[in-house]
Amino acid sequence: MPAEATGQGAGPVLTVRNLRAYYQMRYFGIFREVRAVDDISLEIGRNEIYGLAGESSSGKTSFIKAIAAANRPPLNIVGGSVRYSFLDRDIFRLDPQTLAAVRWKHLGYIMQGSMNVLNPVRRIRESFVDFAFRHIGLPKAQFFALVAAHLERLHLPPDVLRAYPHELSGGMRQRVTIALATICRPEFIIADEPTTALDVVVQKGVLGMIREAQQEIGSSILFVTHDMAVHANMADRLGIMYAGRLVEEGPTRTIFAEPLHPYTAHLIQSLPRIGDLAPKKALGGAPPNLAEPPPGCRFHPRCPLAMDICRRETPALTTLAPGHRVACFAASPEVRPAPPDEDAGRADGREAALQPAEGR
Amino acid sequence: MHGYGIYLLKRFAQFVLVVFIGISLTFFITHLTPIDPVDRMVAGMTTFGQSDPEAVEAMREALRALYGTGAPLLDQYFEYWGRMLVFDFGPSLSSFPTPVSQLIGRALPWTFGLLATCTLIAWVLGNLLGGLAGYYRNNLALKTFGVVAMGFHPIPHYIIAFLLLILFGYLWPILPISGGASQQVERGLNLPFVLSVLKHSVLPGLAIILISIGSWFMGMRALVSNIVTEDYVVYAELGGVSRRRIMRSYVMRNAIAPQVTGLAMSMSGFYNAAIIIEYVFSYPGLGRLLIAGVYAGDYGLVLGVTAISIVAVSAAVFLIDVLYPLFDPRVQLS
Amino acid sequence: MLAILRDLLRYNREFAAGTVLTAIVVGMAVLSAFSPYPPGDIYVVAPDLPPSWDHPFGTTSQGQDTFWLLTYALRNTLLFGFSVAILSRLISLLVGMLSGYKGGATDRVLMSINDTFIVMPLFPLLVLFYFVMRDDMTWALLALVMALLGWAYDARLIRSVMMSLRTREFTRTAVFSGMRTDQIVIREHMPYVLPIVFSTTLNNINWSIGLEVTLSVLGFTDIETPTVGTMIFWANQHSALVFGTWWWVVFPTLLVTVTFIGLFLLAVSMNEYIDPRSRLSRMGGGVA
Repeated sequence: MPAEATGQGAGPVLTVRNLRAYYQMRYFGIFREVRAVDDISLEIGRNEIYGLAGESSSGKTSFIKAIAAANRPPLNIVGGSVRYSFLDRDIFRLDPQTLAAVRWKHLGYIMQGSMNVLNPVRRIRESFVDFAFRHIGLPKAQFFALVAAHLERLHLPPDVLRAYPHELSGGMRQRVTIALATICRPEFIIADEPTTALDVVVQKGVLGMIREAQQEIGSSILFVTHDMAVHANMADRLGIMYAGRLVEEGPTRTIFAEPLHPYTAHLIQSLPRIGDLAPKKALGGAPPNLAEPPPGCRFHPRCPLAMDICRRETPALTTLAPGHRVACFAASPEVRPAPPDEDAGRADGREAALQPAEGR
Repeated sequence: MHGYGIYLLKRFAQFVLVVFIGISLTFFITHLTPIDPVDRMVAGMTTFGQSDPEAVEAMREALRALYGTGAPLLDQYFEYWGRMLVFDFGPSLSSFPTPVSQLIGRALPWTFGLLATCTLIAWVLGNLLGGLAGYYRNNLALKTFGVVAMGFHPIPHYIIAFLLLILFGYLWPILPISGGASQQVERGLNLPFVLSVLKHSVLPGLAIILISIGSWFMGMRALVSNIVTEDYVVYAELGGVSRRRIMRSYVMRNAIAPQVTGLAMSMSGFYNAAIIIEYVFSYPGLGRLLIAGVYAGDYGLVLGVTAISIVAVSAAVFLIDVLYPLFDPRVQLS
Repeated sequence: MLAILRDLLRYNREFAAGTVLTAIVVGMAVLSAFSPYPPGDIYVVAPDLPPSWDHPFGTTSQGQDTFWLLTYALRNTLLFGFSVAILSRLISLLVGMLSGYKGGATDRVLMSINDTFIVMPLFPLLVLFYFVMRDDMTWALLALVMALLGWAYDARLIRSVMMSLRTREFTRTAVFSGMRTDQIVIREHMPYVLPIVFSTTLNNINWSIGLEVTLSVLGFTDIETPTVGTMIFWANQHSALVFGTWWWVVFPTLLVTVTFIGLFLLAVSMNEYIDPRSRLSRMGGGVA
């Protein structure tokens, strides 16, 4: 496999640089662009659980589609690079065969809405064959023995293999998708809202299972959810997204102890605490329309600390303490305006070159 | 199997309901009109020169049971059902004294063979091409087929059959345009007869395929272009599952169940089409029998074909319902 | 509304083509008001003339001008399709909305009856009906019977729209704010149901015209009223194709085919406008 890097040093598993992914639509002659992922850079280390938080429509899902090279029109990659330690080049520059060979073996995926992620007319064992058989390289009988052992380690009865998805409960289905995502022991797993549809008790079990699987195989996980309580339990480090941009990033403990961005502070304050009887303050307004984002800092129309500069300039994501970055003028005078937006003109020219090769 | 049993029972009840309502409709159509069909018919019969009093009496009796005797409506209704349940429609006027049920028995295999075969060919071909067109949206040949299908689809059956008749009957006469088989060959299981049957079925069969393939194509294309955005397809793509496997086991496999339902729901439409197509090509099936019956003023025949049509179409739909769980494992639970 | 129509005309090829084809047919039907010859009269012009400046579609063997006869025929055929569609809409709306909104036992009973009419082969029933009525068969009676038999498919469609509306947020809000069921259905849901009704109307017109043409061609309707189907019937009675008066058959066939394709394209583009999923894929297609 020529595209896979040979050296596996101590560097990050995933490196994202200046990633931009926009929905670009033309309907009835009008061109529209929605900046779902706007200039995001981050790194995720080996054996780390990185939590990505933000409200719905903040661009989280578009971000994971982009870094998995799973975007399809109208979501286009407009700029930036996504590198994995197990690949020798940018994921957008892989040919479709290599990309298909890398998927599941190195890059696993646990998807949002476990209800519909398993093919409703295929038994679970057939899904395991479809996804994992060609990577494991064992005869069928041994392959199924391995799958059964894996299920057992994750406290799943082996007879789920004979079932159809509709015969399992929501929690069971989600556990099956986790088993499916970890069977090939991939280096990197993307988990997209894996517990959102579940009730709290089942959710706890599923989270424990993800942690167990992660510790056993030593993967890194990008864990995406809007639920800050889940992040508090799961993530080693946390990134907060707002309106397509990363607004704060740091170790989970630090972020919860002293959030620097007013949006992060709001997210944490809205968590219920035992004994806390004070009414929760709702944030005024709604997330901005990403087709026409407000000028300057995108959070300023809802921000209690908004200043003049916030309405004019976009704050750059600035490192204020080791490992703690924030994009807010109110957090510190060290935060400078981001360089002017220079991608607007070149978007159309670059999109073709950066299309993932496997798009239909 | 428990769930499947309940499902079967429900579908069977629906089948019985269709037959019940359909046959009742034929009763009301024939009994609640101010015209007395029996007198009109017996008068017509005697002018045809049938004067054997015994035969006339037998026929009058059968007709009274089928068309009303002036007895209370409810009694007539039960007597009507008594006849219907044993497929007794009396003798045919136009082929006296052959019973109507015998004429129908002779025509049924022709209609069934032609309609079942061609509907299935159109269904399989239309779904296959439509599925490919939905998956490979930019393929020029499939796009062109889509435009042609869209143009052909809304044209009424009669006109398509008529165009084929003109094209292959008069302008380029290479195919037989009437009958079910050549009169020169001996009927039975021998090669010349089978070949002759096949040759005679090309034009009516082509007409049936032409009118139905477009709707399967367009339906499947729409279904597939929705299914490719479903989570399980996106997930399989993220899993690096091969495109052929995704196409076959994920996309097509999930799209086929609604198309099976669609087949059941459009069965009556295809049957309507088959009747007129058989008439245009003088194909010896139920359709020609029905229309010939109208022209000959043969009440028993028209009523018989109508009743059998209702039973046959709903039985075909029931058969599809029985097979449906093969295409959708989810049905057994609900 | 006007802006939507203008955009549809400009960017949706099916809608534009459908509009043009339908306009041709409706235009011809409207021309019937200016016909120099009453529709029932025969031998008003010399028979069997081929198309010419005086008689653009030629004349029939019965001494009628084919063009002006066809304007009447199209008017009656369109009127027939429209009447059936309006009448059957009443039933399918009632059944579909009741079934979708009430759910439960009402839904099961109504859908059982509904599916019965979907499965029922209507053509033999209509033939039987004609056979019993014979000369008492009129244009209006046939329209009534077809409306009574042809509502089921669309009722199912309307029901599925209602079912999805019933579970939406604004319905619950309306229920909690104390609106009565009929108020909710009419004020809140009608705007969603009406586009579906409109597109099924177009399809139903096609369906009923198709059946009418088929029945007429066989002579199983009121053959004295000129419709596209009865025109072809009389042409066949005079063996027009064998005799060489092809214009008598070709022009009605052509115009009725134009009608079908026009209405079908309008219904298809309407459906696409209603269904946001296919609209989205079109949007994506614009860039890719």
